[in-house]
Amino acid sequence: MDVKAVRDEFPILHQEVNGHPLVYLDSSATSQKPIKVIEKLDEYYRGYNSNVHRGVHTLGTKATDEYEGAREKVRRFINASSTQEVIFTRGTTTAINTVAASYGRANLSEGDEVVITPMEHHSNIIPWQQIVKETGATLKYLPLQSDGTILLDDVKKTVTSKTKIVAIMHVSNVLGTINPVKEIAQIAHNHGAVMLVDGAQSAPHMKIDVQDLDADFYAFSGHKMCGPTGIGVLYGKKALLEKMEPVEFGGEMIDFVNLYDSTWKELPWKFEGGTPIIAGAVGLGAAIDFLTDIGLDEIKQHEEKLASYAMQEMNKVDGMTIYGPEHRAGLVTFNLSDVHPHDLATVLDAEGIAVRAGHHCAQPLMRWLEVSATARASFYLYNTEQEIDKLVAGLKTTKEYFGDVF
Amino acid sequence: MSFNNLDTLYRQVIMDHYKNPRNRGSIEGNPMTVDMNNPTCGDRIQLQLLVDDGIVKDAKFDGEGCSISLSSASMMTQAIKGKPVDEALKMSELFSDLMQGKDIDEGDIDLGDIEALQGVSKFPARIKCATLAWKAMEKGVDVEKED
Repeated sequence: MDVKAVRDEFPILHQEVNGHPLVYLDSSATSQKPIKVIEKLDEYYRGYNSNVHRGVHTLGTKATDEYEGAREKVRRFINASSTQEVIFTRGTTTAINTVAASYGRANLSEGDEVVITPMEHHSNIIPWQQIVKETGATLKYLPLQSDGTILLDDVKKTVTSKTKIVAIMHVSNVLGTINPVKEIAQIAHNHGAVMLVDGAQSAPHMKIDVQDLDADFYAFSGHKMCGPTGIGVLYGKKALLEKMEPVEFGGEMIDFVNLYDSTWKELPWKFEGGTPIIAGAVGLGAAIDFLTDIGLDEIKQHEEKLASYAMQEMNKVDGMTIYGPEHRAGLVTFNLSDVHPHDLATVLDAEGIAVRAGHHCAQPLMRWLEVSATARASFYLYNTEQEIDKLVAGLKTTKEYFGDVF
Repeated sequence: MSFNNLDTLYRQVIMDHYKNPRNRGSIEGNPMTVDMNNPTCGDRIQLQLLVDDGIVKDAKFDGEGCSISLSSASMMTQAIKGKPVDEALKMSELFSDLMQGKDIDEGDIDLGDIEALQGVSKFPARIKCATLAWKAMEKGVDVEKED
């Protein structure tokens, strides 16, 4: 992969921040957008902005073709067997909430269990907290190993015939742990449970095959994979989705509306109430083309190299604590001595380096790590080893700056 | 941005309050207790106030946070202790203005060390850190009034 050529595709990267060239190390929060995606949004709004699935006019047809074309791109991207299994949502959060509110509400009752992990993002915790409260079911947590990984033996012990849903993140946004979701799905299925995979941190960074994973539901966001904000995907197996009730009602999702009763459109539209996120979906389609042209395997390899280089160099800094396992996705979460992550991020920002500081929407995991906050550097296809060198230099500066305090 | 700019944020007096916080701990007896956090970053503060006859007799805090949020809490407790509640609220107003980069007219009120936090106004991402303790104080005084 030619990183320089890749960087040329991202206009935002070529700017100075606080007098230094921008070093953007916060792609796990949101990725930057290539020119092709920006141009596609422009093309849509200038050329054929129109509502979809109604009207006979030319622009409406073009918009519908592009919108449904994007759905086909997503289908191929995750290897779903049909576009009926690809639902456009606002993002991962909405996708998981849809499963909890629809599948969860219909299939959970007292005595049933939902199994998740303490490393989940809030978006894969709270929807389950809410739905178990409503249905009388119980929320159970898998234990974590000290390096932040899950043992399959623990999954076998925790998942039982009472388990109805297992919901686990594919890749941790804090620890970088790559969870064995395929093996976990198999255990879930052995007990008659369904498996939801939170793919927010995996879909942007590795080849996903939902059929191979045998995930019943797989959720991800467009904005973390070079696409626009406000668009995401819920994949679900057709047999399950067909039995599920919609959670949003209104225009677009209906078949026949009577005064006191209505029927729904067929999949996937019954889950897409209201005017859909047309520009977002079209932009996501362009992002998928962009990533696929480069190759997800190449991207993964590049990020793994960056992560291992970052670990090696960051570990040389005095007072460095890195969280998570050795083998990891492209991100490093850390603390530097007693310097609070906010203070650290402010000093790095003064050097043009953007990192995340805080709890990363994973408060239970922060408590498990026994910290109130951490800093995180996350990498994507456009990051370089030179940028990691700048980060390490910035960390040394931070230590110097706060050196006399601690 | 150079270190000079950082120095406007991390003034020595701030780092002193961070390193040696004043009034950190808890008040014995039955003080008014307010827990407040900054959900976007995980900072947490517990503020305890002892208000008697309209006067803040004692103020202590505890919690987790960055240098700005903890030093601000330290400075605030120092400033409001022994002051009438109305004056504490007036200080909070002045502090809010200070954070928005407005020129402030202190009048009879002595903000003391607190003015060192003025530089925070140039770092918009950090203003919420500085105002956390003040928000807790306002909430506490509000509840006290209702009682």
